[in-house]
Amino acid sequence: MSAGTSTVTDTSGELAIGIDVGGTNTDAVALSGTGEVVSWTKQPTTRDVTGGIRAALAEVLDQLGDDRGLVTRVMLGTTHATNAIVNRRDLGRVVVIRLGSPAATSLPPLAGWPRELRDVVLAGSILAGGGHLVDGYPIAPLDRDLIRRELDALAGTFDAVAVCGIFSPSFPEQELEVEALVQDHVGVDIPVSLSHEIGALGLLERENATVLNASLYAVARDVTNALTTVVAEERLDATTYFAQNDGTLMAVEYAARYPVLTIGSGPANSIRGAAFLSGADNAIIIDVGGTTSDLGVLVDRFPRESTLPREVGGVRTNFRMPDILSVGLGGGTIVDTATGVPRHDSVGYRLTEEALLFGGTTPTLTDAASLQFGIADRELPPLDRATRQALEHALGVAHERIESAVERMSLGRTGLPLVVVGGGGFLVPDAVLGASEVLRPARGNVANAVGAAIALAGGRSDQLCDFADRAAAIEEAGRSAIEKAIQAGADPRSVEIVDVLETPVSYATRPTLKVSVKAAGPLARIGTATRQRI
Amino acid sequence: MSTNHPAARSAASATPITSITLADVPALAAGCAIFGTGGGGAVQTPQLGVEIALERFGPVPVKQVADLDADDVVVAMSGIGAPSVGFEMLGASGQAEIIVEEIERLTGKRITTIMATEIGGSNGVGPVGWAASLGLSILDADGMGRAFPEAPMTAMNVANLPPGYAVLSDVIGNVSILRPVSLAWLERHARALTVASGAISIGANYVMDRDTVRGAVIEGSVSRAVQVGRRLLTATDPVGALTDELGASLITGGKVVDIERRTEGGFTRGSVTVEGIGEHRGRLTRVEIQNENLVVMEDGAVIVSVPDLVTIVDSETGDAISTEMLRFGQRVSVLAWACDPLWRTERGLELAGPRAFGYDLDYEPFGMSADETIGATR
Repeated sequence: MSAGTSTVTDTSGELAIGIDVGGTNTDAVALSGTGEVVSWTKQPTTRDVTGGIRAALAEVLDQLGDDRGLVTRVMLGTTHATNAIVNRRDLGRVVVIRLGSPAATSLPPLAGWPRELRDVVLAGSILAGGGHLVDGYPIAPLDRDLIRRELDALAGTFDAVAVCGIFSPSFPEQELEVEALVQDHVGVDIPVSLSHEIGALGLLERENATVLNASLYAVARDVTNALTTVVAEERLDATTYFAQNDGTLMAVEYAARYPVLTIGSGPANSIRGAAFLSGADNAIIIDVGGTTSDLGVLVDRFPRESTLPREVGGVRTNFRMPDILSVGLGGGTIVDTATGVPRHDSVGYRLTEEALLFGGTTPTLTDAASLQFGIADRELPPLDRATRQALEHALGVAHERIESAVERMSLGRTGLPLVVVGGGGFLVPDAVLGASEVLRPARGNVANAVGAAIALAGGRSDQLCDFADRAAAIEEAGRSAIEKAIQAGADPRSVEIVDVLETPVSYATRPTLKVSVKAAGPLARIGTATRQRI
Repeated sequence: MSTNHPAARSAASATPITSITLADVPALAAGCAIFGTGGGGAVQTPQLGVEIALERFGPVPVKQVADLDADDVVVAMSGIGAPSVGFEMLGASGQAEIIVEEIERLTGKRITTIMATEIGGSNGVGPVGWAASLGLSILDADGMGRAFPEAPMTAMNVANLPPGYAVLSDVIGNVSILRPVSLAWLERHARALTVASGAISIGANYVMDRDTVRGAVIEGSVSRAVQVGRRLLTATDPVGALTDELGASLITGGKVVDIERRTEGGFTRGSVTVEGIGEHRGRLTRVEIQNENLVVMEDGAVIVSVPDLVTIVDSETGDAISTEMLRFGQRVSVLAWACDPLWRTERGLELAGPRAFGYDLDYEPFGMSADETIGATR
């Protein structure tokens, strides 16, 4: 599709390749040790995922020529799982086993999910006796017979099982027993997601995430297999990683087991990539794609996180992920010629066939922008007056919607720069109300892939302690987490504590606490360029 | 951002609402979360329960105290226990309904109206769902005007209403009937039962008619919560809108650097420490918690104390963050404003002043003269 190289000034160091698999395009970049985009490409995403990744990787490697041997890491970020949820596509059917009846029977599993998504994902719910009170006392004996009976009744209708027990993060053994029971009864091939491995306390959010995880196994397999296949085909001697929600990396096997951990990585990568390319520490970021524009906020070089449970495709989860505002506005957004207003649908990846600019018959915002200031070295066909007026008006409406989205994200704080990235960035005017300036960093069209290439190395460490020794335990776990992050490649100068989780695990006798600390930082060789700007 | 407001508006200043529809629930939940002062339970899950109930049973009528009929019977209801348990061990189906049934059997009276014992947090939201499923009304009032952790801390107790029967139900299906001699004994017994039931239960007490309700509750709290929630949900500067709407002061804004939180004796106890950022850089502020945010301390000095209200909100969105949802690294603003005048009376302070929580300090009213002192230290 399109590609580019910049003059390679530093080839002494190692190279990292970042790949972003989006709904429309698969982008790849090669980043040098000094943080320079050495080569980049944009290829169409393919239905099988592998084709797009293969083409993108082949193209950046081709541009690197003999330097391809310097590639030591390949990082992949993707909205694939998110898109599967949003488009209700390729999702596995899941049986949910909630352990804790009669507690928590006031709300059924998947309560609050969009109905169509629930219909696609839910094969059946089993509310079984089991679970624990906060002090470890059983709510009810584990009802193994009921679970077996209900699984028999649902036989053949499901692809995966999700198990969520009340207070399982404190008392995980019962979920493990149910996993063994399911595999013994249904077969070892049936994947089982256990809630205590996926989320923290907060039953509904953890259960939702566990069900999403179970429904995403097939989707995850597609992407993880695609990446390992293509890297093997290219005979690269590089370590492969997936980017996760909080901007840190995880091993490919881990991504295959916990695909739900990738759902926020797309926006996280685009915000961090935009920050890296623009050098901004505090900014509002807008990533304008073909169908939507995603806005995020950068606070002291980290994406601003949402403090309360976040929705993914209408499902509430409790992952730490960037606070994103999605607006249905992109280069492919269709313009209603009767009213001169951008519609809520888009021609998406068919832009280059359907838009007027490309000889098609559907007026889009790309056409509107082209009419105003000319883009893509192409000329619009002759248009009647009504169409011209509609396009002009629609671009004005689009600008207003962008301004109001920027206002919503800035929440009263003026004076932040607006960093524009993404293929549809031309929709954003050069002056936006509420933003101090509009920055368009070079290579902003592949900011997501850059974000994947500069993903953070993280480490987590857990400690059990008495309540009285809590502070010392957090400090110790913090030290160990920082060490692990550095071992994973983080720059010792900029690694910091990013998360502290505490779970009571009191077994009747004495109150005990599990503290879990995560540290993260940019990779030692890559990602130091922005720091020089401070 | 406004930080200097003379006094909180009284709850009665909100335009009274006549029903709660599905569309009102997000505003009600957002407003109740603000009045939760960190406690009363996170609103997200009960909000979902209420939305499902209203979808099924339709809107819930809201009655003003002045409009109660001679045959109206009101019962005060709430969840009891540790919020850090409530968001994990959700209620059982029918757990609230069985209480109403039991009270009707005990008293021989037909309940027509549920009042939230506390408007704050999930306890202001959940009763709307219970009323919907039972076909009852909600009273536009509550017993606290906020959230408090203990049974004696109610307007009904300030007014010296006798405790009467109390009924508790737990997630297992156990129902307990108590006839305590005082609210202090109700607290002791109900708490012990709640601990045995896993630190969370639902309780009801105070079966009231229109004559006993008058002067013994804080009126207008449901309408007020909806009004605050609407203002918050439509604001472009949410924290500024909140301080304006509530007459609140911004105590500090910063990053959560420590949350010490434990489930103990049927409560969530602990503290949260906020490290100032921006104009608050260099400050370290600690909020002490027993389910609710009780006391704000800085450099060893008390800045605000119970019964005045302290709520921690997301600095960007203004959403109230209840104790169990606080997490390391969150960017928060700490807001404080004056309590209902009821709590500043001698009996009000005896029941819900700092000493009622074991703090050896005299209550200094926040929001008027105290406000200037706060302003001067910034």
